[in-house]
Amino acid sequence: MDGSFPLGAAVTAALITSGVDPWISMLAAMIAGAAAGAVTAFLNVRLGILHLLASILTMIALYSINLRVMGAPNVALFSEATALTPLEALPLPAFQSKPLAFLVAIAVIAIGLNWFLRTETGLAMRAIGANPRMARAQGARVGLLIGMGMALSNALVALGGSLFAQSQGFADVTLGVGTIVVGLAAVIVGEAILPPKRIWIALLACIIGSIIYRFAIQLALSADWLGLEAQDLNLATAILIVLAMSAPSVRAKLGARRRGPAR
Amino acid sequence: MKPLLLLSAAGLAFAFSAAPVMAENKSVAITQIVEHPALDAARKGVQDALAADGFTVGDTLDWTYESAQGNGATAAQIANKFVGEEPDVIVAIATPSAQAVVAKTSDIPIVFSAVTDPIAAKLVPQAEKPGGNVTGVSDLTPVGLHLSMIDDAVGGVEKIGVIYNPGEANSQVLVDLAKSEAAQLGYEIVEAGAPRSADVKAAAESLVGKVDAIYVPTDNTVVSAFESVVRVGEQAKLPVFAGDTDSVSRGAIAALGFDYYQVGYKTGEVVARILKGENPGDIDVQYASLGMMSLVVNKEAAEKMGVELPEEFLAKAQ
Repeated sequence: MDGSFPLGAAVTAALITSGVDPWISMLAAMIAGAAAGAVTAFLNVRLGILHLLASILTMIALYSINLRVMGAPNVALFSEATALTPLEALPLPAFQSKPLAFLVAIAVIAIGLNWFLRTETGLAMRAIGANPRMARAQGARVGLLIGMGMALSNALVALGGSLFAQSQGFADVTLGVGTIVVGLAAVIVGEAILPPKRIWIALLACIIGSIIYRFAIQLALSADWLGLEAQDLNLATAILIVLAMSAPSVRAKLGARRRGPAR
Repeated sequence: MKPLLLLSAAGLAFAFSAAPVMAENKSVAITQIVEHPALDAARKGVQDALAADGFTVGDTLDWTYESAQGNGATAAQIANKFVGEEPDVIVAIATPSAQAVVAKTSDIPIVFSAVTDPIAAKLVPQAEKPGGNVTGVSDLTPVGLHLSMIDDAVGGVEKIGVIYNPGEANSQVLVDLAKSEAAQLGYEIVEAGAPRSADVKAAAESLVGKVDAIYVPTDNTVVSAFESVVRVGEQAKLPVFAGDTDSVSRGAIAALGFDYYQVGYKTGEVVARILKGENPGDIDVQYASLGMMSLVVNKEAAEKMGVELPEEFLAKAQ
């Protein structure tokens, strides 16, 4: 993920600056992301490299590839037309129209994923995630499905990078730093708040989790009155997320104590 | 009646005491991509320059500082926050932070600092009178100043050899810049390519007898094998100069490096001009000048390469 996110941004920025249609650039970014995911899966499934190491290897390799793709550590997109440019025609300020457009994009992707993960292939993919040995025993083609899953997820991460580059007006090789951490945190926070009993709830949980994570950063940025300084940002974000996650369990415990011991 | 009167008197007093301070205080918000000694020094410079102009942090100036701690998405979020707060000036240190802010506002004045190539980064359309709401200070390597420094140190220089890796895009830019600057200053550049660290010695030797001095730009391949250039220089009594100050302790005679505190100080002066009412679009983007540089000299290396450094040259060193 730390590699695919800037990869999506890099491919989009490089193609748009050389005059390619932004929508085609976005598609190309997704294909590049899918290829990166497929490489990770290949390293893991065919060459038997441990999954964590396989993704680390792809991630570090992508740093160089991203530099090659852009031809520089940083490409600016301010003056080019992007897929978001048509939004300027709407009678809404950018800080309203962009989030709305992203909301639509997220909804479309979530509905698509919800459908896909309930097809036979999607179910088999989820089974592999839950218990690979069991899935293999049931006749699922584990290697192929891991490859597809990795390609799909990395294509989506690259799409995220592509949208970031288009909305923020630049792609930078350091963009991906910490993406995997943010992604994991978002999933876990989301699932803690919204226990995923069904697949669409799990998808919703991911979306809510990532929004909560950004809220935590925003709160940490605005917490100057607490005597927090700029260098405390990451610590403050971490503490806020701990608070958000522990709130339900603390409340449950307090409630239990008030009711008295059950036994 | 009495309490009401007292209350309104208190209200009046509050209004009179509070209003002038509120009106006078200017606000500056500063965003930085990551904590880093050079960038932190630049930030300190901005603060000190503002204080020298009467804008003291916490007294006559409201100052907000945020660091993205290395994360591009957080830099964008900081930019959003600053634009929402509408300070009088936003200062952005380093390219990604500057781009994040420029993408968000075309009204609030933005002053960037420590951005290598603001035109390629599309922060400003041109350096002179950039128009719009953005101006700032660049830290593009002043190759022309480096070449003049070599002449100041050695004297009578006509041909300068440049060793670099043609595969490094950054070096190619520097060499092209060196050639155009040299043409203006009346020097001739002789190139020597070294695609690998192992080729650096041969490249340096190929320059012996052809040039009056060797200049090594900030090329990663050549700098990693800097000692081989120094050895050739000592044997052939050919003075070697570097583009970065770290190479001076490794045997270069001298180098002009950025003093990031001074880069920040220049940035702060621009911010102060805008706070006093100037339009950012009318202020030229500033490039490195001697005032922003610090000269580092290695006398021992000069002796080994048979160069006697002039007194006035040594006086400029720190």
